Amino acid sequence: MQDFASSFFLAVSLILSGDPELWSIVLLSLKVSLTAVAIAAMIGMPIGAALGVGRFAGRRALIVLINALMGLPPVVVGLMVYLLLSNSGPLGVLQLLYTPTAMIIAQVILVTPIVAALTRQVVEDLDAEYAEQLRSMGVSRLASVPTLLWDGRTSLMTAVLAGFGRATAEVGAVIIVGGNINHVTRVMTTAIALETSKGNLALALALGAILMLIAISVNAAVGLLGVRSERVAHA
Amino acid sequence: MVNPRPLLAFAAMLAIHFIVGPAVSVAQDRFIIVQSTTSTENSGLFDTILPAFADESGIEVRVVAVGTGQAIKNAQNGDGDVLLVHARPAEEKFVADGWGVQRFDVMYNDFVVVGPEDDPAGVGGSRDAVAALRKIGESKAPFASRGDDSGTHKAELQLWKETGIDVGSASGEWYRETGSGMGATLNTAIGMGAYALTDRATWISYGNKAGHKVLVEGDPKLFNQYGVILVNPDKHPNVKAEEGQAFIDWLTGPEGQAAIAGFKDGDQQLFFPNARR
Repeated sequence: MQDFASSFFLAVSLILSGDPELWSIVLLSLKVSLTAVAIAAMIGMPIGAALGVGRFAGRRALIVLINALMGLPPVVVGLMVYLLLSNSGPLGVLQLLYTPTAMIIAQVILVTPIVAALTRQVVEDLDAEYAEQLRSMGVSRLASVPTLLWDGRTSLMTAVLAGFGRATAEVGAVIIVGGNINHVTRVMTTAIALETSKGNLALALALGAILMLIAISVNAAVGLLGVRSERVAHA
Repeated sequence: MVNPRPLLAFAAMLAIHFIVGPAVSVAQDRFIIVQSTTSTENSGLFDTILPAFADESGIEVRVVAVGTGQAIKNAQNGDGDVLLVHARPAEEKFVADGWGVQRFDVMYNDFVVVGPEDDPAGVGGSRDAVAALRKIGESKAPFASRGDDSGTHKAELQLWKETGIDVGSASGEWYRETGSGMGATLNTAIGMGAYALTDRATWISYGNKAGHKVLVEGDPKLFNQYGVILVNPDKHPNVKAEEGQAFIDWLTGPEGQAAIAGFKDGDQQLFFPNARR
């Protein structure tokens, strides 16, 4: 078990050394996953809100579907996106395969159902609480969406963070559509997979520790903003 | 009152995006994609030899490292300009079917059978790969197979065929198909004290050997030839034929061959150039 100790020291020395290779991998991971999460939030929140307040035929079935899509296997998503973007596929002309854009597309597909499903729950709960009050003020169901989203922003931040967690942690999709190309599409998770397959277990574990550190930093930053906005809201 | 915090958060996100943006797009404009195998990538060969080619030609080589089976499939789909793998019959079929222009030898090394130090099947020191595998099969000692249609997997299956042992019927018992790359399969073999067939380059540069060591080597049947093929631009017009051919010419020419010979792990040479032009 000396691997754990040596990994820890390796992780610390990697961070302290400011190794440019490592930093470019970290930055690419952040760029891909943050972009994917931002796009997924823009798509997923309106869908979730519509499912939360809407009353239409097939709504239950849609909710079940979206909830189930939270469990989409990354490898399957990677394969689907690969087949779409391949030069033999329908979108091959775009020449997006083996680029960071392809990785963002795959992660958007993985993250959107998570954001939509969690948003749906938040909006539906708030709607149940405030529906009567809002109706009495003459606010229609549709028009109440922005108010409900705003009111549930702290919970929605959790939804977005859950999506971010999914995006930074997955390897199955990005390794297929990105190709794990050095300096082009190598991100933290694919680098970890590569070092593991080289048998460099300590280095792989050290990269894992750095990935966790990034995740903690992002979550802490969002948490801090959340706490402050609560204070301002109640002031 | 309007709360500015979420807007600030959004602005911060945008800022990150633009700060990170340039760092990612420094890659060169002229590039080719090479579909290759895990053994060349995992050993570090490409990281060592490619910068010289990039400096000289201005062409960046982007390597996608997967098993030979998948590399060939990806190349057939037009998702690569050059194919560099190690499964000669499959490569020749790729060219014969019109997917590739022409196949060139690049380099070779050899396969070895690795196994646990206590060697339960007693194959250590053997130079006869078929006899060694037969012993492993008969003693039902665990054997970890790639099981992923890679070049190494094809070579291994050919050896099993010669032993007359039907490994398919033993799958899940002593014969374990990992369905993953060479390194992952070695990790599995070491975890379960199993034998495995690996290319020597991956084994030498592999960092988690634990008690495992090379037990069988030196059989001519363990010869492992690598070939390089330009994907046929007639089939896929997007193929960068000019840049791809420049890479193949370099790799099979004196500079590329010298770079391959000069790539070492410690004092051990991992690949032996043998291009004929």
